[in-house]
Amino acid sequence: MQFAFTNEQRDFRDILRRFLTARSPSTEIRRLMETDQGWERETWKKLNQEMGLAGVHVPEAYGGQGFGCVELSIVLEEMGRALLCAPYFASAVLATTAILNAGTEEQKEALLPDIVTGEVVATLAFAEDNGRWDADGVTMTAEASGGSYRLSGTKSFVLDGHSADLIVVLARQPGTSGDKGLSFFTVAADAKGLSRKALKVMDPTRKLARLSFDKVEAKLLGEAGKAAEPFAKTMTQAVVCLASEMAGGAEKLRETSLEYVKLRMQFGRPIASFQSMKHKHADMLIDVEMAKSTAYYAAAAFDDNAKDLLAVASLAKACCADAYMQTAIHAIQVRGGIGFTWDEDTHLWFKRAKSSEVFLGDPSYHRELMLQHWAA
Amino acid sequence: MTEATETSVRNDVRAWLEANWNPELGLVEWRQKLIESGWGAPHWPTQWYGRGLPVKFNGVVDEEFRRIGAVTVARAGIRTLAAATILDHGTDLHKEKFLKRILTGEDTWCQLFSEPGSGSDMAAATTRADFKGNKWIVNGQKVWTTSAHKADWALLLARTDWDAPKLKGLSYFLLNMRQPGVNVQPLRQMNGYASFNQVFMTDAEVEPELQMGKNGEGWKIATTTLMHERRGADGLRGWATASTRKGKIYDDERAEVATTMEPYKWYPQRAGRVDLLIQRAKDTGKYNDPLVRQEIAKVLTMQKASEWTARRARAAQELGQPQGPEGSLGKLISSNIARAAARTHTLITGADAMLSGSDAPMDGTISEILISVPACSIAGGTDEIQRNIISERVLQMPREPSTDTEKPFREVPRNTVMLGKR
Repeated sequence: MQFAFTNEQRDFRDILRRFLTARSPSTEIRRLMETDQGWERETWKKLNQEMGLAGVHVPEAYGGQGFGCVELSIVLEEMGRALLCAPYFASAVLATTAILNAGTEEQKEALLPDIVTGEVVATLAFAEDNGRWDADGVTMTAEASGGSYRLSGTKSFVLDGHSADLIVVLARQPGTSGDKGLSFFTVAADAKGLSRKALKVMDPTRKLARLSFDKVEAKLLGEAGKAAEPFAKTMTQAVVCLASEMAGGAEKLRETSLEYVKLRMQFGRPIASFQSMKHKHADMLIDVEMAKSTAYYAAAAFDDNAKDLLAVASLAKACCADAYMQTAIHAIQVRGGIGFTWDEDTHLWFKRAKSSEVFLGDPSYHRELMLQHWAA
Repeated sequence: MTEATETSVRNDVRAWLEANWNPELGLVEWRQKLIESGWGAPHWPTQWYGRGLPVKFNGVVDEEFRRIGAVTVARAGIRTLAAATILDHGTDLHKEKFLKRILTGEDTWCQLFSEPGSGSDMAAATTRADFKGNKWIVNGQKVWTTSAHKADWALLLARTDWDAPKLKGLSYFLLNMRQPGVNVQPLRQMNGYASFNQVFMTDAEVEPELQMGKNGEGWKIATTTLMHERRGADGLRGWATASTRKGKIYDDERAEVATTMEPYKWYPQRAGRVDLLIQRAKDTGKYNDPLVRQEIAKVLTMQKASEWTARRARAAQELGQPQGPEGSLGKLISSNIARAAARTHTLITGADAMLSGSDAPMDGTISEILISVPACSIAGGTDEIQRNIISERVLQMPREPSTDTEKPFREVPRNTVMLGKR
């Protein structure tokens, strides 16, 4: 198990941090989050041409860089830190991973290179109005008709679902339940019978959509009725990635809060000299460092295919979500009134902390999963 | 002389042990022989019972002792801190008089630093040493003194100048505990154990040659004692474990270790016993209670995160990468874990948490957890002091304005009422 980053990985992080700091200042975050789409196609393509980020974890055969989950998690941590407005999680994490886990060789060769270059933006539609994150929650049906399939039903909480070009959809054979009868499909954004509605979101840096399918023609991805396992693996990797993203956001908030209290003068001295602030910052440091440790461990466990991976992934999700949210609460509090204003940037990360806390399952949900997997 | 290597050290110590180790000898008799050879404390200087070897070879030497089953020098307890401090700051007379008897185990030591009026602010000590006639005369009270009732000698921090500022008026002494002016009383804790003592000094005497350093150097020397405590006395000290072999010399060593470790027997409970949570939940039929499961999962998450944070710090250090903040957080994290574990044990135990001893679950172990955990966030530096250290040293946050470091100590407001004293 890897407990320290290699020098190459550290260099990669440094370059990435400089790059994202330059590309994603808060003026840029605010400009993009006010748009309906939430990201820009040209910037997204440029990002992938210059840094190849969308293909970090994609094998070279499909145009990627062939690295593992540890490197992917570095990217996520830095993006969470920079609060980059881009379809990275939807396209590079969720959709790409689902295609890698479920697709046939032919499908991977056909789909992945364009996603890696940013030419095609993809997403994964699995959750529905019931708000569940597991296979049991899937009710959308796929009826076989001739050589293709027709999807009917509704998908919700779809990340960048209103702006993606390609939608990977999880649906089931009518009459099945649980892990049985599940299949992945791909649907083009302009398919007939598909209507997409951007949802009004609490966190404007993470756009969600509700997609209604009325007998929409879809192509099977991978094997019919066999999507349960690749879906579970995709969720595990997504959970690990989200943990890293949250750890990065939490650390950014901790650092900016520290800078703030060192500059803010009250009662004739920097408020950083008051024990109430010092003790809070010591606690924030502990929360963030422990969160980082779980995220790093989970990414390494994924690459090692560790026996307790499922427990560890859920542990990291729960730990990082709690740490991010707690750090965000402290970050607003130490700034006092200014922290509650729109013009101050803290709320941007606060909202991301809140949406990430719930996305892919909240901490209680993952703690329960963790205990089940550990006992098993 | 050729430079020592791991192999040369191993061969040398092995050869010496094979020629000299004799389990028929008495404990002190064997140790005297061992000390003369320099293999008892190989990292000490050659003129003082060592071999001048780098401390990194101590592990190899230990392995050879364990392999052949040879008894080592006495290394449990405060005595190793006394030895390290004497080596750093002592005169030849101090070294002559004390080092050998520390290593043979003939002398036991204690540390007289903390006082009822100066806990976290240890440098505000008010125990006084006055030079009268031809001796130092000591008056005052010390507290939290482990094994004081067994100790022959003490490391003493006392104030010799009341007109100097707080840190400049302290001096360091080696005090004979076996004298009429020293009175040791056990200090009973809230969990019923008495692992520590209070030490009352009334006109206790110290010969002038048993002062260490000059007047006013007490704080500086005390700081090195504490530094050795944190570093495990440079490899000599450790949680002493005795061999399980049969024979009188082993019996004597076991008795020595048992005596030294006796005050610490409730320490596992102080840390919260996370290891018992799942089994207790199963035994009480509460493992399927969603609330209990959530709380257990929270504690396990903290414990794993803590473990991985420590591993991360160690791995970065081994690769020679710059030190991150993750290495300084362990003590505070372990307090958080202990408190969370105790809360969860209470949740699992229910009404039985009101019982203790043989009427309580696990013959009182659970009860002992509940009433021992508060020590975790106090002993060895309170959580609040830990947070100050982290915020000032790691996060570079400014210190609070100080009101007591510049003026004469005599003018600094001090405790007049000892809280908790009846």
